[in-house]
Amino acid sequence: MEVVFYIAAMVAITSTVLAITRLNAVHALLYLIVSLLSVAVVFYVIGAPFVAALEVIIYAGAIMVLFVFVVMMLNLGKAATDRERQWQRPGMWVGPSLLAAILIAEMAYLIAGPGTAAYGSAVIGPKQVGIVLFGPYLIGVELASMLLLGALVGAYHLGRRIPEKTEN
Amino acid sequence: MAPVPMHQGLLLAGILFALGLTGLLVRRNMIFMLMSLEIMLNAAGVAFVVAGSRWGQADGQIVFLFILSMAAAEVSVGLALVLQLYRRFKTLDADAVSEMRG
Repeated sequence: MEVVFYIAAMVAITSTVLAITRLNAVHALLYLIVSLLSVAVVFYVIGAPFVAALEVIIYAGAIMVLFVFVVMMLNLGKAATDRERQWQRPGMWVGPSLLAAILIAEMAYLIAGPGTAAYGSAVIGPKQVGIVLFGPYLIGVELASMLLLGALVGAYHLGRRIPEKTEN
Repeated sequence: MAPVPMHQGLLLAGILFALGLTGLLVRRNMIFMLMSLEIMLNAAGVAFVVAGSRWGQADGQIVFLFILSMAAAEVSVGLALVLQLYRRFKTLDADAVSEMRG
């Protein structure tokens, strides 16, 4: 089980290094998604399955989709099509796919393997997290909801198109 | 089957944080800077979850949830700012905005 942790950690570091060194935003996003998935595997291994699921759903799902949307919106232009053709070189997907295949193999080993439940440290499931989250940390949940509301209003305000008349 | 030592997990968090900081410092593209911020926030969350797993408490995972919601709020506002930046300056270079005056 330790081996799974070390392999996932190496995948996380490798994909993060590749993500911050790519010149192309979409390629970097692919590697960043792989990095987040490997961190999710690390969470699963150290006994935090709920947070691992949230990492995949919210980080690798929602937040990265937001990034992809903005990157795609910013690329609307004249040079977009030939740039697109240049991006679609076969082989750019090989690196993220290889790293993700390592993670899939690890997950298959964890699920099908023998010692899944016999891991050393105790598994803290969603039930315990929920009990503590809505017990002592209830005020934090309320504050987080207000923060998200503020972010919603702020993003809506900042993201609108300013009419030309307001400039003069 | 021994558990993973805590310092290995904290080492992973530290390496990821350093990588995110490096990316934030060396890149000038706003999208990449936001991505590096995400890496750093995620690394901080890794440290919390590892520590919570070490002590067998759920508090680490709860702090990770707060970091997650904070990251979602930050990235939505940040990407809206990036869109405004691109509309006004037609570039994503962070240095191009240094001429901004109040």
